[in-house]
Amino acid sequence: MTEILDYDDVLESFDPAIGLEVHVELSTASKMFCGCSTTFGAEPNSQTCPVCLGLPGSLPVVNAKAVESAIRIGLALNCQIAPWGRFARKNYFYPDMTKNFQTSQYDEPIAHDGWVDLEVEGEMFRIEVERAHMEEDAGKLTHVGTSGRIHGAEYSLLDYNRAGTPLIEIVTRPILGTGAKAPQVAKAYVSHLRDLMRALKVSDVRMEHGSLRCDANISLAHKGAQELGIRTETKNVNSLRSVERAITFEMRRQGALLLDGGRVKQETRHFDEATGTTRSGRSKEEAQDYRYFAEPDLVPIAPSAEWIEELRATLPEQPVARRKRLATEWDADELAMRDIVAVGAMDMIEETVAAGAPPQAARKWWVGELARRANEGGVELEELPITPRDVAEVCALVVSGELNDKLARQVFEGVLAGEGSAREVVDARGLAIVSDDGALKEAVDKAIAANPDVAARIRDGKHQAIGALIGQVMKAMRGQADAGRVRELVLEELG
Amino acid sequence: MTDATLLTKPAHELAAMLRAGEITSEELTRAHLEQIEALNPTLNAFLAVDADGALATARAIDARRAAGEELGPLAGVPIAVKDNFCTRDLPTTCGSRMLEGWVPPYDATIITRLRDAGLVILGKTNMDEFAMGSSTETSAFGPTRNPWDIDRIPGGSGGGSSAAVAGFLAPLAVGSDTGGSIRQPGAVTGTVGVKPTYGGVSRFGVVAMASSLDQPGPVARTVLDAALLHEVMAGHDPRDSTSIDRPVPALADAARLRDVRGMRVGVVKELGGEGYDVAVEARFLEAVELLKEAGAEVIEVSCPHFTYALSAYYLIHPAEVSSNLARFDAMRYGMRCGDDGTNGAEAVTSITRGEGFGREVKRRLIIGTHALSSGYHDQYYGSAQKVRTLVARDFDAAFELCDVLVSPTTPTVAFKLGERMNDPLAMYKADLCTIPSNLAGNASASFPVGVSDEGLPIGLQVMAPPLADDRLYRIGGWLEAVLEETWGGPLLQQMKPLPETKAVFA
Repeated sequence: MTEILDYDDVLESFDPAIGLEVHVELSTASKMFCGCSTTFGAEPNSQTCPVCLGLPGSLPVVNAKAVESAIRIGLALNCQIAPWGRFARKNYFYPDMTKNFQTSQYDEPIAHDGWVDLEVEGEMFRIEVERAHMEEDAGKLTHVGTSGRIHGAEYSLLDYNRAGTPLIEIVTRPILGTGAKAPQVAKAYVSHLRDLMRALKVSDVRMEHGSLRCDANISLAHKGAQELGIRTETKNVNSLRSVERAITFEMRRQGALLLDGGRVKQETRHFDEATGTTRSGRSKEEAQDYRYFAEPDLVPIAPSAEWIEELRATLPEQPVARRKRLATEWDADELAMRDIVAVGAMDMIEETVAAGAPPQAARKWWVGELARRANEGGVELEELPITPRDVAEVCALVVSGELNDKLARQVFEGVLAGEGSAREVVDARGLAIVSDDGALKEAVDKAIAANPDVAARIRDGKHQAIGALIGQVMKAMRGQADAGRVRELVLEELG
Repeated sequence: MTDATLLTKPAHELAAMLRAGEITSEELTRAHLEQIEALNPTLNAFLAVDADGALATARAIDARRAAGEELGPLAGVPIAVKDNFCTRDLPTTCGSRMLEGWVPPYDATIITRLRDAGLVILGKTNMDEFAMGSSTETSAFGPTRNPWDIDRIPGGSGGGSSAAVAGFLAPLAVGSDTGGSIRQPGAVTGTVGVKPTYGGVSRFGVVAMASSLDQPGPVARTVLDAALLHEVMAGHDPRDSTSIDRPVPALADAARLRDVRGMRVGVVKELGGEGYDVAVEARFLEAVELLKEAGAEVIEVSCPHFTYALSAYYLIHPAEVSSNLARFDAMRYGMRCGDDGTNGAEAVTSITRGEGFGREVKRRLIIGTHALSSGYHDQYYGSAQKVRTLVARDFDAAFELCDVLVSPTTPTVAFKLGERMNDPLAMYKADLCTIPSNLAGNASASFPVGVSDEGLPIGLQVMAPPLADDRLYRIGGWLEAVLEETWGGPLLQQMKPLPETKAVFA
């Protein structure tokens, strides 16, 4: 059992330094160096060709769209964009690399020296971005056997569909001075990157699909020490919550080790989601020699200043600024905004409001009813077969009094079931509210006749009992009665 | 019975006969297949012969021609292909056990272009293992022999192609030149070999040895043949990022010009002297004299860094080799050893590489891995890259003064089989004169200029600036016409025919 120290005790003796390496899988239609599709979840090895299989004789060609995305990411991270740079080969043998070298960028990254400002619990932190570079992803190894890991596996399966998918690796400089907030700052940074990539529309940033992956470097230095401590690199940190948990655990583990007079081993560690702990991976004491050299099969990337400026003009509003603006426009407090972000409804609400819906209503439907349905179906909100225009149409019908909330839910159900647009569902299902006095009066009279006790109480001035009669009428009219008018009619009869 | 003189005719004459309907491609292909059958047991020039495929292609071309279809200038002419070009229907072994029996699932761009141009692929030719060598002796499938003297090497790495063309097993061949692998075999077999400007011919589908140096090119018996084949091969390929997107100069026209008046020809001071055969220097100087007589302006130029080119090459080249050949790991294709259930993937890779690669390949893998390793990278690979820049600057300065540069192609005539196998440095020196153009990426060619006292062929190297490949053909075409007049026919006519040969000069 690994010794761990109380978090507060760690902070009493040590200052943490964290460094984050985030890999973002770009959502380009084709791979980094060939024309193969990058669609997730296809039949294994069905999206491959001689180039991404590294067959003898094949040659890479750079995906221009990936370069464009890399530059836009660099600009959004306030980086300098290199006017000239080459790819490099990172040489190492591993079966998930078809060529046994990874085509990456080494000493000439396309973007460098940027920064990100974050607010964490009212305190501002500046994260310095050392570099953002392009590289290709490896294939996917599945170790088959009881352990599910490479050790003890009976055999391993290889799927090269992912091999050659474009990646951007974003590397921070050591983040110092965060103290007790180190895990939260790290989480906020990764969350910021996720929002940014979404806003840039360069990646679907689904951590659960591995399209955003995080490695966390963590070290502790004795308070007041000038030098950084020995760091560990924790991999397999695959959710925002895990970022926070992994860093917290490593701080507590390293703290216990150091206070005990021990020494942190420089190594790669793996985060275990189930236990919230990290375990030792391969040792980095004998560092791999990757024998980098400039990739001779590719010509240098030399984006013109004009192109860079053109791309700068396409940058979306920064996520923090946008969130602030929308919170004001929608009159939403911090808690409400957090809910909106959590269900990924920001874009949809904005579009629904743009289509004419009141912000309050747009928020209510997307965060409530629709998020619930997405959750039930196990899909992302934006994958639901309903458009912001549909939602705005429903909101308009509610405002005009043609629908109530209950009927609106039925309209959503119809739209999601593919019965057509909101209007079409209303018409086809005959869902409009009945405010025709003739029909309503008849229903009210029936309800009074059927519930003489209730009617008597209302006659005695106990108006809170009206609800029971309205409920009866609504039931009789399958929810399509105008509740306000029903109330008026009941009072006319009994008041 | 086919006309035995067909085999000795240049490709452009055969193409004309095909166009005129005097012969069919099937007939021509059959004649070459018979010559291969007769001579390949002696020469070992071909590793694979595709008789059925070649005849089928030939018949298809004949049918298209009969139907009145407009065909390319070399349509119906047979061709041999070096075994490092990926071919969908034929094994591609690179002369290595590692790839024995491997049939690629795709065609190299050049193969596609040959097919589209109606050339008939006879088979795949022998080569030094993964093109590492200057004698074709490092092939895992036995050495190729020189048709001029079967105890001598045909050059390398493309000895299979040069021997096939010199021995009349094929009128044309395609090769690849990384340090001289087209030109040096050309020189020692009395054939024409051209290394185009780097980026002039697509490398897609050519199994990489050293990516920044490799360049495919034509092998032929005449200068015009080489030019016509070069025109089929050349041109931009979007699948090769290093391929140049510019119009190809008119090469066949340059070969036909036969006029060198006013051309400024530079003799490179550093490429000659000690270590060069007397006969090699003599034939070279005679050629230079002829150039003067024909009205070319000959000047001596100095390229001081050429002296270091060989050393730089033997760091850059193995460095790239060590990375390019890493993919042969026994996982997905090619040879696999040691997979007996007791070894993990890493061990299987290691055992396979130990058994699958030959000595020369291993030597270069070790040198290259070392040259790139941390702590040595700058001193070896880094310094070599600086020398490479200096070599390119020497060329730039020389081409300010000259239209072309000339030198011997290789310091000696064909040496004996086995002579240099235990002396790698002596072997490497065969490429002393050819390597600078690979480092700089400019165009370069070897043309036959005569024989030594013992009757072995000698070549002249002509070097032109990048993208000025036409100048090679202008010099070559003129030189060939002048020399053939003094010789009374092609140089290959001076070759003592092999006993089994079916080829006869008209």
